[in-house]
Amino acid sequence: MNLPIYLDFQATTPVDQRVLDAMLPYFSATFGNAASRSHSFGWAAEEAVGRARKQIADLIGASPKEIVFTSGSTEGINLALKGAAEMYAAKGKHIITTQVEHKAVLDTCKRLEQEGYEVTYLKPDKTGRVSAEVVEEALRDDTILVALLWASNEIGTINPVREIGKLCHERGVLLFTDATQAVGKLPVDVESDNIDLLCLSAHKIYGPKGVGALFVRRRNPRVRLVAQMDGGGHERGMRSGTLNVPGIVGLGAACNICQEDFQKDLDHGRGLRDRFEKQIFEALDHVYINGDPENRLPQASNISFAYVEGESLIMGFADIAVSSGSACTSASLEPSHVLRACDVGDELAHSSIRFSFGRLTSAEEVDHAAAQVIEAVKRLRELSPLYEMVQEGIDLSTINWSGH
Amino acid sequence: MAYSDKVLDHYNQPRNVGSLDKKKTSVGTGVVGAPECGDVMKLQIEVEGDMIMDAKFKTFGCGSAIASSSLATEWIKGKTIDEAMQIQNTEIVEELSLPPVKIHCSVLAEDAIKSAIADYKSKQPKNQDSEPQGEAR
Ligand SMILES: Cc1ncc(COP(=O)(O)O)c(C=O)c1O
Repeated sequence: MNLPIYLDFQATTPVDQRVLDAMLPYFSATFGNAASRSHSFGWAAEEAVGRARKQIADLIGASPKEIVFTSGSTEGINLALKGAAEMYAAKGKHIITTQVEHKAVLDTCKRLEQEGYEVTYLKPDKTGRVSAEVVEEALRDDTILVALLWASNEIGTINPVREIGKLCHERGVLLFTDATQAVGKLPVDVESDNIDLLCLSAHKIYGPKGVGALFVRRRNPRVRLVAQMDGGGHERGMRSGTLNVPGIVGLGAACNICQEDFQKDLDHGRGLRDRFEKQIFEALDHVYINGDPENRLPQASNISFAYVEGESLIMGFADIAVSSGSACTSASLEPSHVLRACDVGDELAHSSIRFSFGRLTSAEEVDHAAAQVIEAVKRLRELSPLYEMVQEGIDLSTINWSGH
Repeated sequence: MAYSDKVLDHYNQPRNVGSLDKKKTSVGTGVVGAPECGDVMKLQIEVEGDMIMDAKFKTFGCGSAIASSSLATEWIKGKTIDEAMQIQNTEIVEELSLPPVKIHCSVLAEDAIKSAIADYKSKQPKNQDSEPQGEAR
């Protein structure tokens, strides 16, 4: 067992050895520009890109012509939202999204608001889920786009994309989904899931950082976007710039492995997650799962350890790499906007830790991590005035805190 | 975030963790902060004469908050009440090399000291001379 143990696979993943092997020739031996039409160097690169396009399309049930390469999901989100908003502005200027989105969506929406669009930010239920009914109520005649997180990067909650997509299609509204955390972990099929635009990112699925793809539907309806990056007209004019061939080959290989090992990865991740949670729940009281216990990513676990603060807890985990929903790990003093939107309560939000289990995580690592978490929580609860008060039978909500 | 060695030291070996009997008149208790802000400090002092003979703390908060309160108990033990009142949060910032985002932890520790002292003072019998005299009937 190598220490420290990485349990932050929702932040990023290592490049799978098979992916790396596929990429390596494209850095030097096969280095051509995929847009070079006049020689074999270019043709070889183009062929590799074409193969990758198909691998990606296959994983999500799309056609290769519907794949636009990007530098990752942040770019995919910017292109989809700004590109669609600009293209369809004459039709309407209303966009619907949710409060649980990644910052890339929220900040892009804020930008669009400054430019005269109107954005509705739907509040999820306590598990972080946004229902089709809630979306339906928000739809207006001038709504052009719904931007919906498929699976939450923080709490793993899965949204009912298919249902919401169906609704959008009935109403002639486009559905964009940020599937960064869903692809490779959930079955994704852009046809039956009624999706018009979808972004994914290689580094979340054991591919390299800095490469991703945007699915742009070509028929029923044909979606058009205004390019946000002007230049040589690559990617059917939607995203100019010489293609990152090794990165794209890596993304393709990563998608191919996700497809082939889908069930294996799923069972492995879920098995480890359940093994971890079982140990935590057996050893500790006052622990809560954030998100939807049923409808969440199988290899993710976001837990609030009441009466201990997340950052101090992470300091206590010498051997494990995880992240916290506590404010203290970021520059702002606000706890996670996702947990806030779920009405988790700031106190429990400050006590939340996100764990996720990867393709190469072992049961031994999970047991070691669980033991360390349990020990750190117990130690910090000895230090916690809140835990002491609760043990004395004091109801913390009755106390008039001084705040600051 | 990288922590200073002193923060790590206090986090790993916090000084004076625990509780004193808050019912005793010689004990002053200060509880500052709020759970929803992510930090609550409880700091207690036991006073003899005007000397702080013992100090204990419990803190819910980040490593810097734990270190600030641990350091505060270390500093006030053996000091007089007046001396303890002089402790400034900036001294804690300096001692622990706290970064700007963690300054509020030191402020909270200073508040905890003052609040514990105020509680102690409020428990002491009022000085007879200053007590308003009832009118003789
Ligand atoms: C849900 C979600 N959306 C978007 C992003 C941004 O992706 P990228 O790092 O590829 O820009 C991430 C990852 O941080 C994510 O988890």
